Amino acid sequence: MAHITLDQLAHSYLPNPAQPADFALRQIDYVWEDGGAYALLGPSGCGKTTLLNIISGLLTPSKGRVLFNDRDVTTLTPEERNIAQVFQFPVIYDTMTVAENLAFPLRNRGVDKHEITKRVDEMLETLDLTGKARRRASNLTADEKQKISLGRGLVRYDVNAILFDEPLTVIDPHMKWQLRTKLKELHEQFEHTMIYVTHDQTEALTFADKVVVMYEGQVVQIGTPEELFDEPAHTFVGYFIGSPGMNIFPGQVAQHSVSVAGKELRLQRQYEPETQGIEIGIRPEFVSIVDRREAGVDSMPLEVQAVEDIGRFRIVRGEVDGHKVDALIGEDDIIPESAAAVFDPSRINVYKDSHLVKGQA
Amino acid sequence: MLELVDVVKQVGAQTHISNVSLTLESASLNVLLGPTLSGKTSLMRLMAGLDKPTGGDIRMKGESVLGRSVRRRSVAMVYQQFINYPSFTVYENIASPMRMARHDKKTIDRRVREAADLLKLGEFLDRTPLNLSGGQQQRTALARALVKDAELVLLDEPLANLDYKLREELRDELPRLFARTGAILVYATTEPQEALLLGGRTATMAEGRVTQFGDTIDVYNQPHDLLTAQTFADPPLNTAKVRLQGGQLQMDAHAIGSPRESLADGEYSVAIRPHHLSLMETSSHVVSLPVHIDSTEITGSETFIHVSTANDSWVVLTHGVHRVHKGDTLMVHLDPSRFYLFDANGDLVQSPVTHARAA
Amino acid sequence: MDKPFNNKAWLFVLPVFVLVAISAIIPLMTVVNYSVQDTFGNNEFFWAGTEWFSDVLSSDRFRESLVRNLTFSAIILIIEIPLGIAIALCMPRKGVWVSVCLVLMALPLLIPWNVVGTIWQVFGRSDIGLFGKSLSVIGIDFNYGQSWIQSWIIVILMDVWHWTSLVVLLCYSGLVAIPEAYYQAARIDGASKWKVFRYIQLPKMQRVLLIAVLLRFMDSFMIYTEPFVLTGGGPGSTTTFLSIDLVKMAIGQFDLGPAAAMSLIYFLIILLLSWVFYTVMTNFGIDAPDRREGAD
Repeated sequence: MAHITLDQLAHSYLPNPAQPADFALRQIDYVWEDGGAYALLGPSGCGKTTLLNIISGLLTPSKGRVLFNDRDVTTLTPEERNIAQVFQFPVIYDTMTVAENLAFPLRNRGVDKHEITKRVDEMLETLDLTGKARRRASNLTADEKQKISLGRGLVRYDVNAILFDEPLTVIDPHMKWQLRTKLKELHEQFEHTMIYVTHDQTEALTFADKVVVMYEGQVVQIGTPEELFDEPAHTFVGYFIGSPGMNIFPGQVAQHSVSVAGKELRLQRQYEPETQGIEIGIRPEFVSIVDRREAGVDSMPLEVQAVEDIGRFRIVRGEVDGHKVDALIGEDDIIPESAAAVFDPSRINVYKDSHLVKGQA
Repeated sequence: MLELVDVVKQVGAQTHISNVSLTLESASLNVLLGPTLSGKTSLMRLMAGLDKPTGGDIRMKGESVLGRSVRRRSVAMVYQQFINYPSFTVYENIASPMRMARHDKKTIDRRVREAADLLKLGEFLDRTPLNLSGGQQQRTALARALVKDAELVLLDEPLANLDYKLREELRDELPRLFARTGAILVYATTEPQEALLLGGRTATMAEGRVTQFGDTIDVYNQPHDLLTAQTFADPPLNTAKVRLQGGQLQMDAHAIGSPRESLADGEYSVAIRPHHLSLMETSSHVVSLPVHIDSTEITGSETFIHVSTANDSWVVLTHGVHRVHKGDTLMVHLDPSRFYLFDANGDLVQSPVTHARAA
Repeated sequence: MDKPFNNKAWLFVLPVFVLVAISAIIPLMTVVNYSVQDTFGNNEFFWAGTEWFSDVLSSDRFRESLVRNLTFSAIILIIEIPLGIAIALCMPRKGVWVSVCLVLMALPLLIPWNVVGTIWQVFGRSDIGLFGKSLSVIGIDFNYGQSWIQSWIIVILMDVWHWTSLVVLLCYSGLVAIPEAYYQAARIDGASKWKVFRYIQLPKMQRVLLIAVLLRFMDSFMIYTEPFVLTGGGPGSTTTFLSIDLVKMAIGQFDLGPAAAMSLIYFLIILLLSWVFYTVMTNFGIDAPDRREGAD
């Protein structure tokens, strides 16, 4: 187990980086707590895999240091750092059986034979693979192979951290559920520091205690799933997390209200009046749809353009004053003929130049 | 209009497709939904003419097309792995079907630019695919399929290798792009959510058979059998074996209500969706069941609680953040009007009451 | 059910068919014809049945040549396959040097075979050849025309020089196809280089290795031009392989019957051994069917 410190870490794939844009990973300073479950979330090309490879030792950063338990490991190899990594597609040794695959890392480290057998048996049970121990690993299904990849990391009790690089990519949705739960259970059982890279927000939010959202090489926000959902620090986070993402409108903020689409909406906090670069964000979950005739002062006429029924709720796609608005309504809710949208005032976030402005209570 | 009549495909001892009969109308969006290896790709290859069925007939506009080679059919296919000609520029890639059909230069140029605009590739026309991002490569493949103006467009999990958000964007655009061409669109996917978001009609597939085909939301709400219900559920359906005796449904010694119509006594399966379980007792959630908490997952806006009943593992999906402790016992409340009941053969005997909905 | 394709396509195949028939099938049938007939001259033939076959199989000359061939092929495989793998492992997988190495490896394969024989003929001479001269400077009297060990050595050296590149290129293509993640995972598992070779590289090269082994076996078993140019089959008959023997018999002695029979036997032996190699390698490789042990 280790807590991992990133000290002024940055990386560029170019030999002489000059501007920030040359860096695949811009400066990051962070401490990953021992035993924590973290997710690195972001779109393709945001630098999450680069960061993961630097932590695991497969890549040496061009700047900064990586410390495991305050020991500088920046130049050490993955073996020397004692980490485990699970890759996007299952990596198994084709010629070995399942049990031999799991025993492999232990044998390489010279662990005692009895100890190996004991740990392998325990791991087989944890992964529900006991019945297939003697089968050739290459003949298993994709999710079973991923379990083996995972098992090879977990079987080393003293592993400092386990890193996952989009491990559920090749898995079917049904098996994804089971594997995700299994990962969570394994984290609770073994208490290793786990860092999980993904572009799928459900995987990130369900797995991690803390999620690191990245965009274009930069860390945009680090927070718990609730924090990311309720108070995204950046409009990108608002857009990226949540399906559909946050609704963003340009507007102007006064002390207690914000003017949007020609209406003044009350806010629950106090803000500095601003007119430039202001946007407000509200999640579709907090936009309710009422009948225009019964609507109150804070409602805005909504032109409904499409309704997508996804079973447990429905997405209403419409426009308010020319701006696109998405709203979520329950499966049984009725959409009135002439609709109006009401924004929950406690859920309106104010952004200046894409960054969150926290008002005062 | 594409018709598949009793199509069978056998390879050696294995049956890849068994007795599939489907009618796909023109200008329709049809989704093939099923897990990996359920036969979606095999079926699409048969539709395209890349494989010959071992039995049955495939008819386009009433005429059998079995004898026709792929090249003579009006079909376009887009794959999961962004297939483009690696040495051609984006422009040439998109132009290739028209060059093979020997259209004149002006038409080719106009249509390539139109397609590129529609798919937001305007500024990448002189790049080669390797210099494009995944999303752009797939857009190139889609543009190529679009210009071909085929009557049948087959998309085999085209968005599976793309980022989550990119997938949302393209998924939005796809149906609109092809709707204007009047083509029959067939889209294969493993994700129920995607099928629901695409709309159109869905054929659920399992083990080489089509278990149900109809309007997507109807297949979702009224699955004919347990297998279809399970294929079309994400998160997975909560199921349990129950016994009907004297008009009462018994699940592991708990009474969970009665069926709406009278049914014969015997063994049934009940299925209930995770979001129809509530942590609180309400006027509709009247049946209470104690369960054991295994773990929780929080997504920020919702909480998934994994629980176990006496014999099954269930998932409770609740709104908001609920922190519960592993190992505790929890009371969950079920709404019997939301039950699905399947008989011992897996056929539907009762589906949830449809509540009021509008437009 | 309608036929899916236009039968007129067969007309395109016709010219090739005719060509193959003239250059391969008809001569083969002629050989078969000769192998079962005997002549007293004057172009009169009579049926001899399996007489030639039993003659050939029981002749010492044939058996000796066969043993030479088998020994030669075995030595060749033992040297070239591991050597080829080793060189392939050392070749860079990325960067500028890749093209350079590939071209260097391809060079020996481009040289016409009789030229190869001639090169080594000169190379091995103790008066003007680089190899022969260096050996005599060290004190070894190298005259492959007189010692059978030395003639074998030089024939083997020549074949290794000529053909190892093929094994290298095949193995290299197999190696390059292995995704980087496997190496990364092996490093993380703490595997030594030998283990990486044994558990990742070798299994993944299995299919290409099969091709390499089959090709090298067949070619070395059928070898003709190079040793013929180099040693002429000598000294004596120590490097007279089956092919050389066959030619002597057919063209030198004009014994068509036994020559035809021998060539058919030769062909069948190669076929048999190739099949054995193929079956063994596919049944013990990573493509092998799973042998289930215990319940699921």
